[in-house]
Amino acid sequence: MNRLTLSVVALVVAVLPFAPLFLNTYQVDVLNSIGLYALLALSLNLILGEAGLFDMGHAAFYAMGAYTAAILNTHYQIPILWTLPLSGLAAGAFALLVARPVIHLRGDYLMIVTIGVGEIVRIALVNDVFGITGGANGIFGISRPKLFGWVIRRPEEFFYLIWGFVALTIFLFLRLKQSRFGRALNYLREDEVAAEGSGIDTDAYKLAAFGLGAAWAGMAGTLFAAKMTIISPESFSFWESVMLFMIVILGGAGSVLGVLLAAFLVIGLPELFRELAGARMLVFGLVMMVMMVVRPQGLWPAQTPRISLAALTGARKP
Amino acid sequence: METLVADGMSPARVPTEGMSLLVLRDLTKRFGGLTAVNAVSFAVEEGSVVGLIGPNGAGKTTVFNLITGHYRPDHGQILFDDRPLAGLRTHRIIARGIARTFQNIRLFQRLTAIENVLAGCHYRMRSGIVGGMLRLPAQRREEREALDRALQELEFVGLQSQAAVLAKNLAYGDQRRLEIARALATQPRLLILDEPAGGMNEQETEALIGLIAQIRARGVTILLIEHDMRLVMRACEKLVVLEYGGKIAEGTPDQIRRDPRVIEAYLGAGDDD
Repeated sequence: MNRLTLSVVALVVAVLPFAPLFLNTYQVDVLNSIGLYALLALSLNLILGEAGLFDMGHAAFYAMGAYTAAILNTHYQIPILWTLPLSGLAAGAFALLVARPVIHLRGDYLMIVTIGVGEIVRIALVNDVFGITGGANGIFGISRPKLFGWVIRRPEEFFYLIWGFVALTIFLFLRLKQSRFGRALNYLREDEVAAEGSGIDTDAYKLAAFGLGAAWAGMAGTLFAAKMTIISPESFSFWESVMLFMIVILGGAGSVLGVLLAAFLVIGLPELFRELAGARMLVFGLVMMVMMVVRPQGLWPAQTPRISLAALTGARKP
Repeated sequence: METLVADGMSPARVPTEGMSLLVLRDLTKRFGGLTAVNAVSFAVEEGSVVGLIGPNGAGKTTVFNLITGHYRPDHGQILFDDRPLAGLRTHRIIARGIARTFQNIRLFQRLTAIENVLAGCHYRMRSGIVGGMLRLPAQRREEREALDRALQELEFVGLQSQAAVLAKNLAYGDQRRLEIARALATQPRLLILDEPAGGMNEQETEALIGLIAQIRARGVTILLIEHDMRLVMRACEKLVVLEYGGKIAEGTPDQIRRDPRVIEAYLGAGDDD
C-alpha cells in the first residue's frame, strides 16, 4: 500500500466514528445500510473471493440468520442480540447441509445450485413453511436490541452497533487471511488438484468456507432484523445475492479493503444520485462491463506479497 | 532415515518384498475401452531412485495418478510401507508420506513462492478458524515453525531469494524447483516427480540431477518419470519401462540400455534430443 492510499484509509478510519455527529439521520441510515452490506460482502468474500467458490445465493444465509433471530425473539422473547451466535450457527449449519452434496461441483455448476438454494429459501419463506415465517408479510414486532442496559433505537445508535461489528469482522478476517485456514482457501482457489496433492482436504475446506461465510451472513441478518424490527422475504431476493456478488467482484475478490470500498460505492452512490435512480441499473450494468474489460482484478485487488520480506528474514533468526 | 529402517524391522510390519517402500501389484486402469495401465507390477526400494520411462501415452502419468489417489485402480494393489493405499483420498495419501510434482507445473500462480511451500506444511499443522482469528500463542508458534520449515525448503532448492516473488513470475526452471520444494515441505518418504526436467535447458537439468542426489541424501526415496535419457541414466539405479500400458522391462540403466525390446519400443524410436 503506498503512502497516499494509506493516508486516505487512515483518514476514513479516523473520521468514520464521528460521522453521526455531523451527518443527518438519513445519511447515517445510509451508512448503516452500507455497513450491513459490507458485512455481507465480507462474508461472501470468504467463499467467493478467498476460496473461489461461486455462491450466488448468499441472501439465503442472510435470511436464515434474520429469520432465526426474528423467530427466537418474537416467539421465545430471547433478546435479539443474544440470538446473534444462534442465528450464525443456524445459517452456518444450513449452509453445510445444502453444500455437502454439491461441494464437488465446480464454478458455473455450483453457481446454479446456489441460485436454486437462494430461490428455494425465499419461496419457502413466502409460503410460510412450518407456519413460523409469517408468509409474504414476514415477521414484525422484533424487539429493540439492548446493549449493557442501553436500548438501541435511533440510527445514530445502530451506527455504532453495525460498524462496531464491521470493525471486528475486518480485524478477525484480516488475521484469518494470514493463517493456515486462510491460505488453505487460497490454495483451493488457485488450483484444487495441487492443493489436494499438497495434503489439503479440499472438500473439508470448501465446506468450512461455506459454513463460516454463511454463519457471518447469518449474524448480519440478526443485525438487519434488529435494525428493521420487521423482516419479510422481499429483503432476501435473488437481487440481493447478485448485489453482493457484484460488490465482491467489483472491489477485488479476496481483498478486504476492496470489498469495503465497493460496498460504499454500490450502496452509497445510488443514494447520492437519488434523482437518477431510474438509471441505476443501466449504470451498474455499464460499470460492470467496463470493469471486467479494463480491470478484471477489481478496484482494489488483494495485496500480493502478503508475507513481507522483513517477516521472512525475521523468521530465520534463531 | 535410520528410524524408518528400524520401523520396517518391527514385527508388526514384516517386510514382504525385501525393503520395498512402494509395491505395485498387477495394477490395471481402464478408461472406457482403453486400458491405460495393464497389470503393471514393480517395487521401489527404500532409499533408491527409480525411473519410470516409456514412449508418450505409455501410461506413466496414469500410474502416478493411481499411486496418489487421483484415480482408483480397476484391479491390483498399491502397498506403501506394506499398507494398502487404494481407496484413500489424495490428501490422506500425502499424509502417509508420498509427495508429488506435476507434469504440467501446478503451482498456486498468484501466491508467493513461500506461500506455495507453506501449502506443503499444511497437514502437519493444527490451527483452524478460531486459532487463525485470535492468533493464540500456540498458533503463532506453529506459524513461525512452518515459515521456518518452508524457508529451509526454499533454500534447499536454491530459491530463498525468490521467497516473496509470485509463483507465476518465476522462471520456468525455478517453477519446477518450487514445486519440488512444496512437495518436500510435506516431509515425504517417497517423492514422485513427473518429468522434472521437462522444459529445462542443459544447465538446469544438470542442476536438477544434483538436486535429486541431494534429496536422496536426505533419505527420501524417489520415483520419477522422465524423457531426458541422460538424466534417467545418471540419476536412477533402476528403470521400469512401460509401453501401451504394460511393463516391458525392468532393470538397471545398463540392462535397459541393452534390452532389445526397449531399444525397439523406445530408444529406437528416435532420440529425444
